[in-house]
Amino acid sequence: MDKQLTEQDWEVGLQEPPIEEERYELQARPKYAFSVERRDFLKVVGGGLVVLLVYPRAEAQRQGRGRGGGNAGQPEEIAAWLRVAEDGKVTCHTGKTEVGQNIRTSLTQAVAEELHAPVADISFIMADTDLVPYDRGTFGSQSTPRMNLQLRRVAAAAREALLDLAAEHLQQDRAVLHAGDGKVSTKDGTASVSFGELTAGKQLVATVTRDTELRPASEWTVAGTSVPKVNAADLVSGRHKYASDIIRPGMLHGKVLRPPGLNATLKSVDTSAAEAMPGVTVVRDADFVGVVAPDVHLAAQAVAAIKAEWNTTPQVSSAELFDHLKETAQAGGGGRGTRGRGQTGRGAGRGGAEEAFDISRALADSDQTLDAKYTIAYIAHAPLEPRVAVAEWDDADKLTVWTGTQRPFGIQGDLAQTFGIPPEKVRVIVPDTGSGYGGKHTNAAAAEAARLAVAAGKPVKLLWTRQEEFQWAYARPAGVIEIKSGVSNTGKITAWEFHNYNSGGSSIATPYDVPGAVTQSHRTDSPLPQGSYRGLAATANHFARESHMDDLAELVGMDPLEFRLKNLSHERMREVLKATAELFGWGKTQPSTNHGHGIAVGTEKGSYIGTAAEVSVDPDSGEVKLVRIAAAFDCGAVVNPNHLKSQIEGCIVQGIGGALFEALEFANGAVENPYFSMYRMPRFADIPPIEITLVNRTDLPSAGAGETPIVGIAPAIGNAIRAATGKRIRSMPMAPGGKIAR
Amino acid sequence: MPRVTELFVNGQTHSVDVDAARSLLFVLRDELELTGTRYGCGEGECGACTVLVDGVATRTCITSVSEVVGKEIVTVEWVDDGATLNSVQQAFVDHDAMECGYCTSGMVMCAMGLLREKQRPTRAEIVEAMNGNICRCGTYLRIVAAIEDVVADKP
Repeated sequence: MDKQLTEQDWEVGLQEPPIEEERYELQARPKYAFSVERRDFLKVVGGGLVVLLVYPRAEAQRQGRGRGGGNAGQPEEIAAWLRVAEDGKVTCHTGKTEVGQNIRTSLTQAVAEELHAPVADISFIMADTDLVPYDRGTFGSQSTPRMNLQLRRVAAAAREALLDLAAEHLQQDRAVLHAGDGKVSTKDGTASVSFGELTAGKQLVATVTRDTELRPASEWTVAGTSVPKVNAADLVSGRHKYASDIIRPGMLHGKVLRPPGLNATLKSVDTSAAEAMPGVTVVRDADFVGVVAPDVHLAAQAVAAIKAEWNTTPQVSSAELFDHLKETAQAGGGGRGTRGRGQTGRGAGRGGAEEAFDISRALADSDQTLDAKYTIAYIAHAPLEPRVAVAEWDDADKLTVWTGTQRPFGIQGDLAQTFGIPPEKVRVIVPDTGSGYGGKHTNAAAAEAARLAVAAGKPVKLLWTRQEEFQWAYARPAGVIEIKSGVSNTGKITAWEFHNYNSGGSSIATPYDVPGAVTQSHRTDSPLPQGSYRGLAATANHFARESHMDDLAELVGMDPLEFRLKNLSHERMREVLKATAELFGWGKTQPSTNHGHGIAVGTEKGSYIGTAAEVSVDPDSGEVKLVRIAAAFDCGAVVNPNHLKSQIEGCIVQGIGGALFEALEFANGAVENPYFSMYRMPRFADIPPIEITLVNRTDLPSAGAGETPIVGIAPAIGNAIRAATGKRIRSMPMAPGGKIAR
Repeated sequence: MPRVTELFVNGQTHSVDVDAARSLLFVLRDELELTGTRYGCGEGECGACTVLVDGVATRTCITSVSEVVGKEIVTVEWVDDGATLNSVQQAFVDHDAMECGYCTSGMVMCAMGLLREKQRPTRAEIVEAMNGNICRCGTYLRIVAAIEDVVADKP
């Protein structure tokens, strides 16, 4: 039953092709490789039937898979695996993390679909480096297109193995058997045997074979339906234990002394007052100063009692930000994944096209031209659960850390490096986390808690305050975007030049039909640490492009929808745009006084979003109110319609924040609005009715859906504000404090 | 330094011995191990830490234990009986009114406070009462729909 995959398997869809990494995805490559024989693995796993998805060794190595895994006991080339235990319960193991995107549910559906076991019999162990296969991280909307598909294959292989066992057990021809509801039965219903009975007393290993057929999406019965969130009861009852809820025997609480801002170094420190506090331990390690105390209140008092002086340097402030980004732009654009990404994108021509396409001439030859500059502020992810870690060293000097992160193995590697220990001496456990939105790829709290725990000799919890989260996490990149374009009097785009300074290359290439384009992403010197975010630069690039498209439409006197359709041949984008217009009733009614309608379309990571918004703007105060929003989304075959709608709503709501309100203000490396009372985020009263159409393409593979729906809302709102007021706002946020500038 | 030695939480008197200035939030979480009440902001701006104090939705992160001595505190752990969810919790489940779920217990407690205060709140009253709670995942419309369902189902 144990069969190795071949290179051919690799080609037929079991593979994990190298993904084009956004430069801000904060990858870190593990350093070590430990291989364990499969036989040992089985001893760890226990009895029943185990099905492994195994990568060809050469490819596993090429991917860096398993290197530094530290998940001792698992062969390094495993991608995912499940076990049908002797009681028929199914446990699946994956390195993905649940951060609110509902993959615990959707991956369960994938397994239920192919294994033909009830959802209630299936559970997942996720993101525990001792118990799951190596995984690079949960980002880039890859859990559905990759892990979901991989687990369906694993489950299908398990089902086939169970059918083999059942044929033997029931003494029946395999052809008369079928699997369903956790058992195998004869088709005439005369005999059946449960999965548990089949695996009892066995120690079997199967690997995924490429000739296992998967059910097409058009025939799904469990996948494709709105299975409720599998752990919803634990969430509404408060029973779920987030990393911040972990309590260990003898656990103490830590707090770190923070500098006044970025790039400050410790000049002098006097910890004597803190040390004099009963129960307080002070830790000093180079510039790292922290305390450990029996409770958070005392820990905070102890840190407040530390007298520290810092060497600080003047730094760029938010007021100077956009000039600074332009001034520090590196000649010739960025490297991998930035400039190259733009050039190879649709409509932007292949590499070298820039030289071949004469943009100056195209602009000069255009009937009309438009030149505009857009700015995008840094914003915070502000996950409601701040960074947190509970660290515990055992007697064998093995470190266990409970934390919230989207890269459990990345954090494991970081900790191993930080403490100079092998990765298998570090176990990172990521309970389902209080959200991330791309903001928890790194987590300094893990190393801080572990350092404090060394000194305390006891487990230590370190929960960052909201202020720390705003100041010491990383931001969504700010950016400056410049577009020069030309259009014919008949409404065809004739020239397109697009420069993004700093915010990144996601979706930088225009999806519209252009005769040629210059598209560049420029690296700059970012004053704040910046990193991944839901949709990343796709939001900024869509905001600029889709605002610009409306202005071009206006130049040639065309309706924004009509103008887009005239310049767009991409079929799936046309479909979501038209579906959005229909749902919204675009052009059917005229907005009333001080109201405006706006529409936008976009694509990122293989899915397509149309967004329309109606706003009202108070002519006296400039206050913006959202009246209604409509969206249509196509991400291929829909795995869970209700959860997909929830993701789209969530993207729109979060996108409203960046569109209208959110901006990090800073000076000399210090965030000046590091509290919810100073950093306005969308609340109940900000959210209008949202209508959604799902374009369910069961003929196409499922793409991820947790990011793309965010890209359309800002330009849709901006276009609606323009329609309502005649004002074009080219900076995000458009309405700081809820009001547009008068 | 004044101390607090007794708190009445979830139908029971709990003996504690804590600095009276400590926040109710971290005494609940760290001393009584009632971790369903969560830290989000520390300034009463997000509602993740909401419990009922004498039936009123209260932000525990800005409430010191000295303020609640002798009062009846109810946390999310006491809302259901361990076997069946209460109507507010069930409505949240029915509407999938959560994504990461970190804000959920605060939302549930805030909704319960509202439903004690007003028999049949309108949609506008629900939005107003809940507006101090943040769901960064953006499930606001689902939460409002869930609470509206509870109101509609009231006898």
